[in-house]
Amino acid sequence: MIDLTASEIRDGVRAGKWKAREVVDAHLERIAAVDPKLHAYLHVDADGARAAADRVDASGVKGLLAGVPVAVKDNMCQRGIPTTCASKILEGFRPPYDATALLRALAAGAVPVGHTNLDEFAMGSSTENSAYGPSRNPWDPTRAPGGSSGGSAVSVAARMTPLAFGSDTGGSIRQPAALCGVVGMKPTYGRVSRYGLVAFASSLDQIGPIARTVRDAAMFLQAFAGHDALDSTSAPAEVPDYEKDLEAGVKGLRVGVPKEFFGAGTDPGVRAAIDAALKVLQKQGATLVEMSLPHTDYGIAAYYVIAPCEASSNLARYDGVRFGHRAKSFDGLIDMYRKSRTEGFGEEVRRRILLGTFALSSGYYEAYYKKALQVRRLIKNDFDEAWKKVDVIAGPTSPIPAFKIGEKANDPIAMYLCDVLTVTAPLAGIPGISVPAGFTEGNLPVGLQLLGKEWSEATLLRTARSYERETEFWKRSPAL
Amino acid sequence: MSLPWETVIGLEVHVQLKTRTKLFCGCANKYGADPNTLVCPICLGLPGVLPVLNRQAFALAVRAGVALGCEVANVTKFDRKNYYYPDLPKGYQISQYDRPVNRKGRLEISMPAANKNIGITRVHLEEDAGKLIHPDTEGSSGVSFVDLNRAGVPLVEIVSEPDMRSPDEAHAYLAALKEILQYVDISDCDMEKGSLRCDANVSIRRPGDDKLGVKTEIKNLNSFKSVAKALAYEAARHASIIEGGGKVQQVTLTWDAIAEKTVVLRSKEEAHDYRYFPEPDLVHIQADAAFVERIRQALPEKPAARRDRYVKELGLPAYDAGVLTGDKELAALFDKLRGEGLAPKVASNWVMKHVLAAMNEKKIAATTFTDKTRRIAELAKKVEAKQITGQTGAEIFAWILGTPETASVDEHILKQGLAQVSDAGALEAIVRDVIAKNPKVVADYKSGKPSAVQALVGQVMRETKGKANASVAKDLLVKALEC
Ligand SMILES: [Zn+2]
Repeated sequence: MIDLTASEIRDGVRAGKWKAREVVDAHLERIAAVDPKLHAYLHVDADGARAAADRVDASGVKGLLAGVPVAVKDNMCQRGIPTTCASKILEGFRPPYDATALLRALAAGAVPVGHTNLDEFAMGSSTENSAYGPSRNPWDPTRAPGGSSGGSAVSVAARMTPLAFGSDTGGSIRQPAALCGVVGMKPTYGRVSRYGLVAFASSLDQIGPIARTVRDAAMFLQAFAGHDALDSTSAPAEVPDYEKDLEAGVKGLRVGVPKEFFGAGTDPGVRAAIDAALKVLQKQGATLVEMSLPHTDYGIAAYYVIAPCEASSNLARYDGVRFGHRAKSFDGLIDMYRKSRTEGFGEEVRRRILLGTFALSSGYYEAYYKKALQVRRLIKNDFDEAWKKVDVIAGPTSPIPAFKIGEKANDPIAMYLCDVLTVTAPLAGIPGISVPAGFTEGNLPVGLQLLGKEWSEATLLRTARSYERETEFWKRSPAL
Repeated sequence: MSLPWETVIGLEVHVQLKTRTKLFCGCANKYGADPNTLVCPICLGLPGVLPVLNRQAFALAVRAGVALGCEVANVTKFDRKNYYYPDLPKGYQISQYDRPVNRKGRLEISMPAANKNIGITRVHLEEDAGKLIHPDTEGSSGVSFVDLNRAGVPLVEIVSEPDMRSPDEAHAYLAALKEILQYVDISDCDMEKGSLRCDANVSIRRPGDDKLGVKTEIKNLNSFKSVAKALAYEAARHASIIEGGGKVQQVTLTWDAIAEKTVVLRSKEEAHDYRYFPEPDLVHIQADAAFVERIRQALPEKPAARRDRYVKELGLPAYDAGVLTGDKELAALFDKLRGEGLAPKVASNWVMKHVLAAMNEKKIAATTFTDKTRRIAELAKKVEAKQITGQTGAEIFAWILGTPETASVDEHILKQGLAQVSDAGALEAIVRDVIAKNPKVVADYKSGKPSAVQALVGQVMRETKGKANASVAKDLLVKALEC
């Protein structure tokens, strides 16, 4: 049962082939069996999951996700369920509300099984920055699963759930999806409501699906995309039917291959896998177009100014006054702030808060924040130019496959560079997907990244599905 | 003898907007509820929540700008003002930095010498913070409580140019600002309840100097009196520092209303760096010309213009016009009475005499009379037509106040027999009777004291319980006494 895709589970529940309860029990059993080795979960809500499954079974309405177990990244609020962002500062916090995307999935019949691990406040690319210990890559548990949505990618890769919510700010869905061999999509900024997603960098954050197949990702996104009155930045635009043209193929599609996506640091195994993937698309009727996105290399610099600036402000609310961690002893108000925040936040979060606070300070704002916004505009212009010549841009999701836990933990710059191919999409607000593209010689998954213009999710899903149909890498599962 | 100084003053006034709900959430915007009862995840700043702009608040901010003659921005945006304080749940205030809703307005103040225009730099929209409560009960020292009912209440901040030259001008500016904001119905402007709050910037220089002196800022002045006193105190303090050879330090101060002096809150070095940046959770807001024009059209008439119109077009005495327009509701009542067909002076008399008396006596608002104007006008017409006496009119007015508008004035008069008696035949018998019963007064009259007749008129009025037409009664008495 754990090998079923989400759409198979849903169809079976609708047809009465099996009950949602049986499905969730099988997955809870799988979590109990493998998660002690992988640490994908911070909190498993078995009772809540069974109750939700029973409600689906009792209900006459079988929605788009009827009976499908779903993992929730621990930065998405779920009513009454501990939501910590993998931070000590939110220990014990139970939101009195559901994130809109989660609420919509629940309304479609999804069964939430628990909250997954992440880099604290989604700040990281390995899930090592979790205050509750790292998650492990199911393909090699000595390696990191990527991040920040590492727990969610692990949950899907290791058959603990067929679907998981991720959030992407600079690559936090696509990179762990690539490193764990699953499908992950970052939708266009504004496609999905951010209400209830604990903010890291508000102008970049976007919730998206992680799934084993492209069809499952399409179906999942369909269930929670769309305008929300509670999020002013969510777009009022209609959500198209993502499954409608999924099998339509790529004949005539112009696929741009930017030279900047294959820099010196690209792992040879990754390079080989992506070259092969591009040949598959070509064979299926797509035209490959060599091109350039000249400002790609500046993406990291711009991203690591803008995101920390917004984070320094977004994380100011964790002050020990109303909820979360408060230092046990302190001397006055300022000392309470200082101690509560120093104790509550991990090193990387503190580093980014300081970075952002500095970059927004009087006298530095122009040199850093404002300059970064200008670079952001240039990156967007690069893409706008590109769409005149190509429909989709393809390349690796990550220049390297999964790295050893601890390997980059003490070198923040090396860690930041992991994001070089993923940060430009959120900076430009465009959608991107990572789809399994085979393995390196060391049997580590590689992800093919596809980027498209705003609101082109359907095109990306169709392209990814076309490639997936030929290769079927998703059918391989890690030995555990 | 020391040279004279010129005081230069600019004011920053925060005004709470009269909206149903808060600026970015659905909580009620209400004063005086139990602590932390008007809160939700959004105004508590819980993780993951997002602000959604209250369009009514935005429209009121535009209305404030239009009323103050500002240029309204076509596109405006919000920014975050970052600082830590326990009454600020998110650790930042959503405010406006470089693209405020309104810029470049002005406000006319009237001073004894001449009227003067004070420039308005900007009027922007922002959210209020909560309140800290410091209990002074025993055993609670060092503990403070936070009430977030006020957190997220919409404010406009109105920043003036440094155009005022005396504490009196600052006082006049505040009074004019309060008057106009109340008039256009965007705020109660009640300083006691904190719906109008004032910070003042003050510096001094020699008359004729182009350059401004070093300024100090006085925060949270909570009454008009405090504003005038604090500014006078501060200007004098600056003068004594400079005259003593010192330099004024740029500091932020508070006014100690009990000791009547300013106290340093923080120095320039301790000033906050608010790290403003664009609020990424809100989109830019368009205010197109048609929207602004609709707000302009719907703007109530300004008090000064209305006062002028009452004098010039309706012929009211300046005093009456001043009193009526001093309270918007009173003026509205006056207009409504005129709408019921009363002549301006008659309507004015009824408001000035009966309505104001009842308001003072019973401590009620002018709006209490809003749904009673039909009967008040009916009553006023009967008094004008001498169908009832002024005294009876006053009694019926009191009766109207205590009864619903559906109760008929005619029926009441009929039932109570209150119609004025002007019929000579009906009064003659009473007149004869009064003359017979008061020989001493009659003797006084006949011995050359014509004023004695007034006492007899009074007797007739008493006998008729005030219903007699006094002048008819007097005529009858004189006639009877002369023969
Ligand atoms: Zn609220």
